[in-house]
Amino acid sequence: MSAAKIFKRPDGRKVDEIRPMKAKVGIIPNADGSAMFQFGETIAVAAVYGPKKMHPQHSQNPEKGTLRCNYNMISFSVTERIRPGPSRRSMEISKITEWALEPIVMLDDYPNMVVDVHINILQANASTRCAGINAAAMALAHAGIPMKELVSSVSIGKLDKQLVVDVNKKEEDWEEGEGATDIPITMTNSGKITHIQLDGKITTKQLKEAVELAREATKKIYEVQKNALKEVGGEK
Amino acid sequence: MSNEEKRKIIIPGEVIAKGDYLPGEGTEKKGDEIIALRFGLAEESNKLVKVIPLSGTYHPRRGNVVIGKVENVTFNGWVVDIGTAENAFLPLAEVPRFVSKDEIEEVMTIGDMVVAKIWNINKRGIDLSIKSRGLGKVEDGMIVKVNPNKVPRVIGKEGSMINLIKDETKCNITVGQNGLIWIHGDKIEDELHAKKAILFITEKSFVSGLTDEVKKWFGENKK
Repeated sequence: MSAAKIFKRPDGRKVDEIRPMKAKVGIIPNADGSAMFQFGETIAVAAVYGPKKMHPQHSQNPEKGTLRCNYNMISFSVTERIRPGPSRRSMEISKITEWALEPIVMLDDYPNMVVDVHINILQANASTRCAGINAAAMALAHAGIPMKELVSSVSIGKLDKQLVVDVNKKEEDWEEGEGATDIPITMTNSGKITHIQLDGKITTKQLKEAVELAREATKKIYEVQKNALKEVGGEK
Repeated sequence: MSNEEKRKIIIPGEVIAKGDYLPGEGTEKKGDEIIALRFGLAEESNKLVKVIPLSGTYHPRRGNVVIGKVENVTFNGWVVDIGTAENAFLPLAEVPRFVSKDEIEEVMTIGDMVVAKIWNINKRGIDLSIKSRGLGKVEDGMIVKVNPNKVPRVIGKEGSMINLIKDETKCNITVGQNGLIWIHGDKIEDELHAKKAILFITEKSFVSGLTDEVKKWFGENKK
């Protein structure tokens, strides 16, 4: 544990400290459900439409409803303007988000229908897919979609040899020692993993530690999501 | 569950009650715990726990009275849009009087509004009927659209709210569970007055003791 004290993160956070979080539900009046989630400077907005009839007809599934996610980074979300429109990266993250959310939504009662989730990143400072998944989980609940439970997502980073929770852009580009490894993990409130990604090198022992760190962090995130959802009901 | 907690906001995956309870709509039983599957208000009555939705789209249920727009006329009925993902079908056989197949467009045609009851929901779609009192084609008056989740507030406890508006404005009002409301009175002024009252309710829907609030509103806002 002494190493943890010596280790200095660029923004002075503790190794298991998440950036200040903010969540709000019901921000888009035209959508059936919507939510915003923020990790420090990373802001994600999710809007849910449906269940509605799936078009084109050949993609309908008569057994159960379909979940369709769309992740998009707004062109002004990063310091250097990015070309708007789908890219290889955004399509991959859309699919990943779908897989992270699919185990919790119960769409058996909606055959031939689709639930659309649109995630937009307004401001990016790493961990955008995690913020997107957190916002999407709240927006799905707000849209009244039957769900087993909520999911919370956090990214664990390995900077040189040190594990840290909720990486930001500076840490993502870590170059000292072994460099940076980013591990986004999504967990349900009961501690089941619905999504884990890893690119880089890590030992099995450290990966297990990373999962434990994520378990603690997602508990904190869940509280933020829960409070945001409970607040909206009072207003309406 | 204490009295105070009888109605509280619940999120999916949360335990609503523990012990000898029955799972109702939007809930699931796991062991001896009742777990919420939807976001909404938890309500318990006679050991039955259910979740009342606060937001989201309209979920059709059997027996609901809905108002819809005729989207298409087929050889044996009408396709009606009632604001659900699946379009509803009103068969010719569900019209209370005999209509020959050649006269089908004279009864209702594309663009007409209709008050109907959902009599069956199956995998193939929703079936409607107008074989009851108060159902049928909307002839005159106006249609107001509100959020379907606010329909219970517009109706009030045992219809207290809707009766209040009817008495105050001397209008006939039919509330569709899908959020469409048909107002028809003798004068347009009356109808507009009723419309304003309904919009007032939807704005203030989270206030408790809303019926009294609306009574006050009627006192202040005479035609």
